Amino acid sequence: MAYPIVRVEGINKTFGGTVKALDDVTLEFPAGIIYGLLGPNGAGKTTLIRVLTTLLRPESGRAEVAGVDVLADPKTARTKIGLAGQFAAVDDYQTGRENVEMVGRLYGLSAAQSKSRAGELLERINLADAADRQVKTYSGGMQRRLDLAASLVGEPEVLFLDEPTTGIDPRSRLDVWELITDLVKGGTTVLLTTQYLDEADQLADRIAVIDEGRLISEGTSDDLKDTLGGSVIELSVAPDRETETLEALRRICETEPTINTLTREITVPAVEGAKTLTEVVRALDSASIVPNDLALHKPSLDDVFLTLTGHTAEVETEEPPPSAGRKRRLRSK
Amino acid sequence: MTGATVPTKPGRVAASAPQTTRAITVITKRNLLRNIRLPQLLILATVQPIMFLLLFNYVFGGAIGGTLPDAAGGEYINWLIPGLLVQVAAFGAGQTALGLTEDLSKGVIERFRSLPMARSAVLAGRTLSDLIRNGLVISLMLLVGVLIGFRYQTSFAGLVAGMALAMVFSFAFSWIMATIGLLVKNPEAVQPAVFLSVFPLVFASSVFVPTQTMPGWLRAFADNQPVTVTVDALRGLILGEGALLPGNSVVGQILLSLFYSGLILAIFVPLAVRVYRRTVS
Repeated sequence: MAYPIVRVEGINKTFGGTVKALDDVTLEFPAGIIYGLLGPNGAGKTTLIRVLTTLLRPESGRAEVAGVDVLADPKTARTKIGLAGQFAAVDDYQTGRENVEMVGRLYGLSAAQSKSRAGELLERINLADAADRQVKTYSGGMQRRLDLAASLVGEPEVLFLDEPTTGIDPRSRLDVWELITDLVKGGTTVLLTTQYLDEADQLADRIAVIDEGRLISEGTSDDLKDTLGGSVIELSVAPDRETETLEALRRICETEPTINTLTREITVPAVEGAKTLTEVVRALDSASIVPNDLALHKPSLDDVFLTLTGHTAEVETEEPPPSAGRKRRLRSK
Repeated sequence: MTGATVPTKPGRVAASAPQTTRAITVITKRNLLRNIRLPQLLILATVQPIMFLLLFNYVFGGAIGGTLPDAAGGEYINWLIPGLLVQVAAFGAGQTALGLTEDLSKGVIERFRSLPMARSAVLAGRTLSDLIRNGLVISLMLLVGVLIGFRYQTSFAGLVAGMALAMVFSFAFSWIMATIGLLVKNPEAVQPAVFLSVFPLVFASSVFVPTQTMPGWLRAFADNQPVTVTVDALRGLILGEGALLPGNSVVGQILLSLFYSGLILAIFVPLAVRVYRRTVS
């Protein structure tokens, strides 16, 4: 592995003496990739970003960004990083251009440098046309992009993005994804947090799953999916046939089938892929069970998360939408 | 892959003196710009003290006028204006707390804190812009005061010196408010916090009425606390020594007021910066 551009070692952070926000977190990754920190609200993602961006001091541990010890030399560390927090930290009464120029000036660039840098960045994030309008006229997605531009003023080696697409519409979300991907092509390293499994899946080269302050798994998206041992079969049956179905499945599978208490969806590992599926169909047929739904699929990060933590992510969604479809709504236990 | 090194740029570490000054200027301008682009903020901030001025003058003036020292020239407005200048300076400083909590809640403070700039620049820029803003508000209030009959009884220089002293006090108070704002963090919660910390100081003082009729325990506090000392210094400068309590001199009150402002700054500048360095929203 290349020299790690971010290295975190045994970081502990406790709030209020009792709440463990980060519990002995250790991770590292090389330059030039998108690293995803995946976890539900309150998992400790933001806390870790704050430690790495010099905003918060942990009780113990070491953190290094671009070769600089963040805790020992935060001043130098700040010259290597860019931060876009959970909310667009831009002034709505300033124009887009004024916002970016201001950050340039604060960064230590001259007036002329700030001006040309702002022009460049606004072009890059596709906001050149709106640059001289006050930010209060911007959409949520535009504000996010502007915030990203502001975080890029110092040409950071590592860019920290805390939930870069939370709260913006799906179209803007794609815009932000594209922008992030472009940045990495240009040589920037990105650490982003997300509670959206598909976002991590789509964007991140490596993913760390974090829950209740602990790093519970780390690897590529495929690595994580492999922890489930390949594909799974998901099926649902009429409620009064559930017990029978589980019994039928136990006869053909070595692993105990699981049932989601909320969606009543039954999952069994498809150890031999389509062959297992055929076996399941046969077993159901001979028991005269007609499934409402039956599918073979490679595990999603949803499944990974469920398996790793015993509960699901995306706790925000309180009500299952009318047509939940394939995408599982997730909530705590 | 092994042996690859992280390309390092020469560390552009900020916080040299000229850079700090520049950062303070940038932040100050940014904060002032908000008042220009959202003029309703400044208008409301000005209307409120003028309303105070008119209400107090016309409601209390008749009842209190007779009990005032001769130096007031028999007009309550002359007594009231120096008091209100300090009152508005103190309440106006509360804007510092509010502004910081708003920046905190929007994540702007975290952005600033992640930049390679001096830690004191955000607070210095904030207190400076609030000082300029308060200077404007106070001047407008003074103008309305003149229109309804306020006249200085000493000299124009005395009036200017009095204004300057009120501004020094306002600046010092801003640093208390900065500390409160950074500790409270929430824009809604900070308003009562500001009110609770300013209101007793302003009312248990000589701002509105002479302290002589207050009960002894209250008077002991009222006569010696920074608001009264500063108000008395202003009255001495604007109305003459006759406006002061027997035994107090104008110079003495000025020096005591400056001492208080200096003491507040000595405690709260380092404290606010210390809190700032740890503050996350």
